[in-house]
Amino acid sequence: MTVSPTLDKRFREAAAAAGLLDVAYDLAETPIGTLLVATTERGLCRISFDPQPDREAEWLAQAFGVKVLRAAKPIDPVRRQLDEYFEGTRTSFELPVDLRQSAPFSRTVLEKLARVPYGEVTTYGALARAADRPQAARAVGTVMNRNPIPIVLPCHRVVGSNGSLVGYGGGLERKEKLLKLEGALANTLI
Amino acid sequence: MMVLVSVPPFESFYEEHRNAVLGELRRLVGSQAAEDAYQETFLRALRAYGRLRNADNLRAWVLTIARRVAVDHHRRREAQPAPAEPSRDARPAYAELGELADGLPRKERAAVVLRYGYDLSYAAIGAALGSSEDAARQAASSGVRRLRRRMQ
Repeated sequence: MTVSPTLDKRFREAAAAAGLLDVAYDLAETPIGTLLVATTERGLCRISFDPQPDREAEWLAQAFGVKVLRAAKPIDPVRRQLDEYFEGTRTSFELPVDLRQSAPFSRTVLEKLARVPYGEVTTYGALARAADRPQAARAVGTVMNRNPIPIVLPCHRVVGSNGSLVGYGGGLERKEKLLKLEGALANTLI
Repeated sequence: MMVLVSVPPFESFYEEHRNAVLGELRRLVGSQAAEDAYQETFLRALRAYGRLRNADNLRAWVLTIARRVAVDHHRRREAQPAPAEPSRDARPAYAELGELADGLPRKERAAVVLRYGYDLSYAAIGAALGSSEDAARQAASSGVRRLRRRMQ
């Protein structure tokens, strides 16, 4: 007995509309690949590259609660803003984020990161200073590497003090593409 | 020693058991009523899911819920003739509805959207809201009344 796509969709959307989910997620197609996007009642909580949905669902369940379900509609606002960003018509995201699973230091750094404007780059050291931990450039690097919401929290805008791209959770090629899209690469040494 | 199997994400649970649930419901209430009963079963399961402490025999658990839903379905049919539903044409389009219902109290909003947007039965809506079928019907109708007043 196979459940029809219509019946399946109706349940998924109804579950979300009733406010019963801890996390809703779906896949989104972008020029830098398929992303898995997840939201809670509080906001966007996860964007991942090259996702393995089963593993992601496990992680989301551990972090936010077991009522994790794939549903398209709750993700629509994020999908729309990502489309606009990749079309070049959006330079900042207007999306609440849910960072409750991040440790306090990570959260502070990610909040500072969110203020780095479109088309500009900063350094790990500068971000450490902004977070009142001038010695913690390396730790900031780790926070960037584990950024739960890349693109929207723009860790691609953080480079080494000599201008080198250094690293990116989604691969350097993607970091380069994002900076190119934003017109920020001309100012950077590769 | 008891080995506790940790509860999987609802997504994996749902994917694994949905076909069996639909099969059981078709057998118990017929294929027409099975679709509503399916919604109701999984909404009830979802409400209770966060309280599960281990994952022993989730199939048996969800089939028990499905059987209870089927029993309720038969009871309802014996108790009263199905009330006349408003015609499909009288329903507001879904897209409008979401925005329109935004300012309603949470429960009324959910009831209105689930009823007129997703075409769920009041029994299924009750399951989603953790209340009875009657309470769901009341929430939807007071939501609609509130919307009407606002639009005047």
